[in-house]
Amino acid sequence: MTATVSEPEVGRARRRKEDARLITGRTLWTENITLPGMLHLAILRSTVAHARIARIDVSAALERENVVAAFTGADVKDVQGSLPCAWPVTEDIVMPGHPPLAVTEVRHVGEAVAAVVARDRSSALDALEAIEVEYDMLPPVLDMEAALADGAPLVHSDSGTNKCYTWVFDSAAAGTGSDIAEAQNGAEVVIRRRYIQQRLVPAFMEPRSVIVDPTSNQVTIWSATQIPHILRVMLALITGEPEHRIRVIAPDVGGGFGGKLQVHAEEFITYLAAQRTGKPVKYTETRSDSMLSAHHGRDQIQDITLYARRDGTLTGIDVKLIANMGAYLGIVTPGVPLLGAFMYNAIYKVPAYRFECTGVFTTTTYTDAYRGAGRPEATYAIERTMDELAVEIGVDPLEIRRRNWITHEEFPYTTVAGLTYDSGNYEAATEKATQLLGYAELRAEQERRRASGDRVQLGIGVSTYTEMCGLAPSRILGALRYGAGGWEQASVRVLPTGKVELVTGSSPHGQGHDTAWSQIVADQLGVAFEDVEVLHGDTRVSHKGMDTYGSRSLTVGGMAIVQACEKVLAKARPVAAHLLECSPEDLEFTDGSFRVRGTPDAAKSVGECALAVFAAHNLPDGIEPTLDADATFDPQNFSFPHGTHLCAVDVDTETGETAIRTYVAVDDVGRVVNPLIVEGQVHGGVAQGIAQALFEEAVYDADGNLLNGSFVDYTVPSSADLPDIVSDRTETPATSNSLGVKGVGEAGTIASTPAVVNAIVDALRPYGVSDIRMPCTPERVWRALKEARS
Amino acid sequence: MARISLTVDGVRYADDIPPRTLLVHYLREQLGKVGTVVGCDTSNCGACTVLMTDPDGRARGVKSCSVLAVQADGRAVTTVEGLGGPDGALHPVQRAFHEQHALQCGFCTPGMIMAAVDLLSDNPDPTSEEVREGLEGNLCRCTGYQNIVRAVLAAAAAAHETAPATESSAEEVAA
Repeated sequence: MTATVSEPEVGRARRRKEDARLITGRTLWTENITLPGMLHLAILRSTVAHARIARIDVSAALERENVVAAFTGADVKDVQGSLPCAWPVTEDIVMPGHPPLAVTEVRHVGEAVAAVVARDRSSALDALEAIEVEYDMLPPVLDMEAALADGAPLVHSDSGTNKCYTWVFDSAAAGTGSDIAEAQNGAEVVIRRRYIQQRLVPAFMEPRSVIVDPTSNQVTIWSATQIPHILRVMLALITGEPEHRIRVIAPDVGGGFGGKLQVHAEEFITYLAAQRTGKPVKYTETRSDSMLSAHHGRDQIQDITLYARRDGTLTGIDVKLIANMGAYLGIVTPGVPLLGAFMYNAIYKVPAYRFECTGVFTTTTYTDAYRGAGRPEATYAIERTMDELAVEIGVDPLEIRRRNWITHEEFPYTTVAGLTYDSGNYEAATEKATQLLGYAELRAEQERRRASGDRVQLGIGVSTYTEMCGLAPSRILGALRYGAGGWEQASVRVLPTGKVELVTGSSPHGQGHDTAWSQIVADQLGVAFEDVEVLHGDTRVSHKGMDTYGSRSLTVGGMAIVQACEKVLAKARPVAAHLLECSPEDLEFTDGSFRVRGTPDAAKSVGECALAVFAAHNLPDGIEPTLDADATFDPQNFSFPHGTHLCAVDVDTETGETAIRTYVAVDDVGRVVNPLIVEGQVHGGVAQGIAQALFEEAVYDADGNLLNGSFVDYTVPSSADLPDIVSDRTETPATSNSLGVKGVGEAGTIASTPAVVNAIVDALRPYGVSDIRMPCTPERVWRALKEARS
Repeated sequence: MARISLTVDGVRYADDIPPRTLLVHYLREQLGKVGTVVGCDTSNCGACTVLMTDPDGRARGVKSCSVLAVQADGRAVTTVEGLGGPDGALHPVQRAFHEQHALQCGFCTPGMIMAAVDLLSDNPDPTSEEVREGLEGNLCRCTGYQNIVRAVLAAAAAAHETAPATESSAEEVAA
């Protein structure tokens, strides 16, 4: 019964194990869970951007039918603590208190001010109307540059400033390059641009939901979160609940995109409600609540200057950012721009680099990670300005990149930002992408349409991106003052019947871990894909983990799996040798079994060893009777996916309407475990990047009201809004991990936004248009044309 | 309270409910049909889409967050939980979603599948463009829709064949 593995699992387009439940409605979203005696929480939110709470009274709410409890921030101010920020990026960072329920002041529309707990959700929601709140209005703080000026009204009056921090990277100081002043002085060409990274809403489809059950020895928290393990630690640190008495479960989680990489107020308010009532309490947000209170993303002003020689060779990059923190700091809010800080030099050889970011508080919903987190912003700025440099030099956008990029012979390559790119082949990806698009033919068509004065002009956009992901080497995180490590955990348990349980510390919410992890384990242990069960998202089962974000699950978590499997094989080897009556050194593990060298028919599978260990009747002396193993993997480097995305856009010069005609994505994400899943990640990632380029922006009015706080007017694109994507790959394995993998979760989003905007600007270049502010709606395109023409 | 009686996924129910109860809340909270989900509060996302018969007995896709439960009185409702055959056989659209990797997190999937079934009942042989237009009332944040379109076209193609696509069970998909 020795298993033979004919075809490696890694690389197969396995259909997902996850799907059977999801397509038949047998799902366990947090909101689906009902517990005996469960109560329901509703939250009253601030309707104003900035005010002192003059009076707040919940007594009338308590009189309503079915209402069990009602409380305000003042009622819990001594026990609610302050929500965590784990990334104090500088020593002198301003870190204001972040109460789950506002106590004295509200600082953005949507901030929680009071809670009602009732027998059913409708009663709780109805009782919110009975809460009386009087606000003494304070001035809203909305414009980031104005907020930094002397005498500006303060978001946090006790801080004395709206500046959160200023963080600087200087290649001369870091010893990774020369002084930017030299580049500036010697520059033959200077490209200076300002780009606005508009505020976005992650817009995961499953609204956040949390249940806290205080009725067992362990307090149990179900939450629609990306980070159950981090949530557990933070709950312990902030509430004082001993960590070993907290169990966190992330059941089915419906998307995150960074938006559920948060330890948020609602989790703590629900915890407080459960403590106060002694009952299980559930909170599920409405979409409108979510738009106002779940963290937003992006929102930066980018001033970027390229210095170059007349031949287009880059000599320096100088970046000054202002990053909107919003009203408070979330779990990694200050660090998001830093994840971009190392990527402005992108795939290019640059002698000098300086980066400075100032974080600023405003009376808006706080920002934090959103798919790509810092890297889409950086990639946008550099890829946009490289096009501007190409125009200045008078060469094709692809040519300006060729003149500056790291060639494939030059890897490993240490960049001016101090990162060592382990592998890559920008030439190959670009060659493939240009072939797929028909680049030369489209350029010829563009020439014809320009010459004929076609009303609909063709634009071709280029984005040759890279990114740092696989977060992250713990030592580097420490050097950047992040509060935790970047390792990941896996446990492998071989059951007596040869089936395998794989416990992973990463916590999926759509990525397909059950499937991809099964493929890895199957190859490592020589078991069938179907015989692996992947367990995750419950701290009682998965006791250690750093969870899922930053395209880290495969590069870090996958390597933990490999290491755990290697430990299992090391334990099984002496058992197999004993059963085969040979020396362990005489065995090799091939085709899914231990085989005696030279006598391959004499073989024992891992499953057979597991049964022998289970019985434990006949084992070599000193053998611990188990084939279970844990492994924790801490990466030595980031991974660096890259690729070339090309976009062809038709732009109607009369109406400003744009239509993506062809979109080609050639990505190099290293070795691929499951091409189906990789393609899906690229599709979805590109869609979100296109959404930033064309559709989405969270807009505040002058009073600090979010104008588009629902899906009616925050325009998440529909199927009718998006094109088909031509997706292909090159495969340059990562050399920093033995799987050769790089991660794919964020690549599409990072790559696509500049590809689309570059295409639109390219179409309108003959009209004198050199930039359009995102999102490039027909109105904005039309206005840009009108301005350029006048 | 209002009295309603209706059929949901082949089972007859009769209940007294507050008149303001939305159909989706009735399905989820009274009947435990939690396979149908709520993704927004403005009827934009379509995650709650189910089929409900009209007065002529024809099943139509409706957003169950925009229908009062009392409006379902006397009607037959089909949710994603009742879409397959009684023996666990998957509906061709369900199977196509699995085969074409048309879901990632899966939260929009119940509504997306029901909307696709509705679309195909109106237009059994749609073009890719018609599928994109036909599903624009259902939002997905994960997939970029490309594989969803592919799945709907594949389901349409399968319906034109006599292939036994409908006979594979959920258990087979799990394997």
